Amino acid sequence: MDFFFVQLSDTHWGFEGAKINPDAKGTLIKAVKEVNGLQQKPDFVVFTGDLTQTTDDTSVRKARMKEFKQIVGELDTKVVHFMPGEHDAALDKGETYKDFFGETHYTFDHKGVHFITIDNVCDPTGSIGEEQLEWLKADLAQQKPDANIVVLTHRPLFDLYPQWDWATRDGAKAIDLLMPFQNVTVFYGHIHQENHHMTGHIAHHSAKSLMLPMPLAGSVPKRQPIPWSASEPYRGMGFRNVLSESKRDKYQLSEYQIKEDARI
Amino acid sequence: MMKRIRIATVVLASIFGMTCLGASSDEGVKIIKISAKRFEYSPQQIMLKKGVPVVFQLTTEDRTHGFNIPSMNLRTDIVPGKVTELKVTPQKAGELDFFCDVFCGSGHEGMNGKITVTE
Repeated sequence: MDFFFVQLSDTHWGFEGAKINPDAKGTLIKAVKEVNGLQQKPDFVVFTGDLTQTTDDTSVRKARMKEFKQIVGELDTKVVHFMPGEHDAALDKGETYKDFFGETHYTFDHKGVHFITIDNVCDPTGSIGEEQLEWLKADLAQQKPDANIVVLTHRPLFDLYPQWDWATRDGAKAIDLLMPFQNVTVFYGHIHQENHHMTGHIAHHSAKSLMLPMPLAGSVPKRQPIPWSASEPYRGMGFRNVLSESKRDKYQLSEYQIKEDARI
Repeated sequence: MMKRIRIATVVLASIFGMTCLGASSDEGVKIIKISAKRFEYSPQQIMLKKGVPVVFQLTTEDRTHGFNIPSMNLRTDIVPGKVTELKVTPQKAGELDFFCDVFCGSGHEGMNGKITVTE
């Protein structure tokens, strides 16, 4: 059965930097408003990590996660799936994250599609780890070769640009496990921009950030956010609605820009 | 089986022009000390000569950091209280980036440096 889901990513709640995003406290709220206003209502919403900006102070981390949860609680959608990014989870191995959002890797099924959420951030080295890879292997063993599988994760599973840490150290092992399955699509975040890449028959789609856009890999000497443009506010920020078409075993992506006049 | 593993390690080291060392470095090889702390290396710019081996002596002042030179497929953790040595022999001239690949906090993304290799 056809259905929609919305992917939002890298909201970095708590980030401050007027030159990058002078509306740091408003962008996520605008996105929630826009998702609620979509004509194509999603069955559920996924956040692919970096919900909050990292901090050494556990009390600040908790406050940011609490605020984030309150804001996204305004989404009309009944079901929201979360996963951590390194900013949420790498400094305390996901302890605070789990208190607010639950497990960091899990599966769920929706209208004939098997969703697998992979955690490649709780380990600060940006690895999935052998234990989770075994868990993935065991889960995939229950799937048929032609099963519709969607992987949700934060970092790219392939070496997109290791020079900027846009990779997962043992991501190739996960791809190897997924490779025997005919219908696999990966949605991820981390790189704060759209990117569409194939590893064999597996498609990988990254999402824009809802806080700070990043430049194309290697296009500038240093990995730094793109400054805010007064003439094009919210440039490079947005979210996507994904149409899962069961008859064609593929996904149709619709990208949405944040609108300046969106209000909650 | 053990023999096979050892042989594989040596071959990889030759391909990338590097060798991982133990506590002591080869006599006569220049030592370059690199200190890491959130969110910078010191020094951040390193000059090397093509074909001339050096030993990086890596230490950290605060927590575990990474030291990754992607173009050489070389990385190591830098662990508190320990000196980590890497012998590197650059095989071609040019600029090589290195960066921290162990997430260390707000500012981690900017923790990097550059190696310039001259003829």
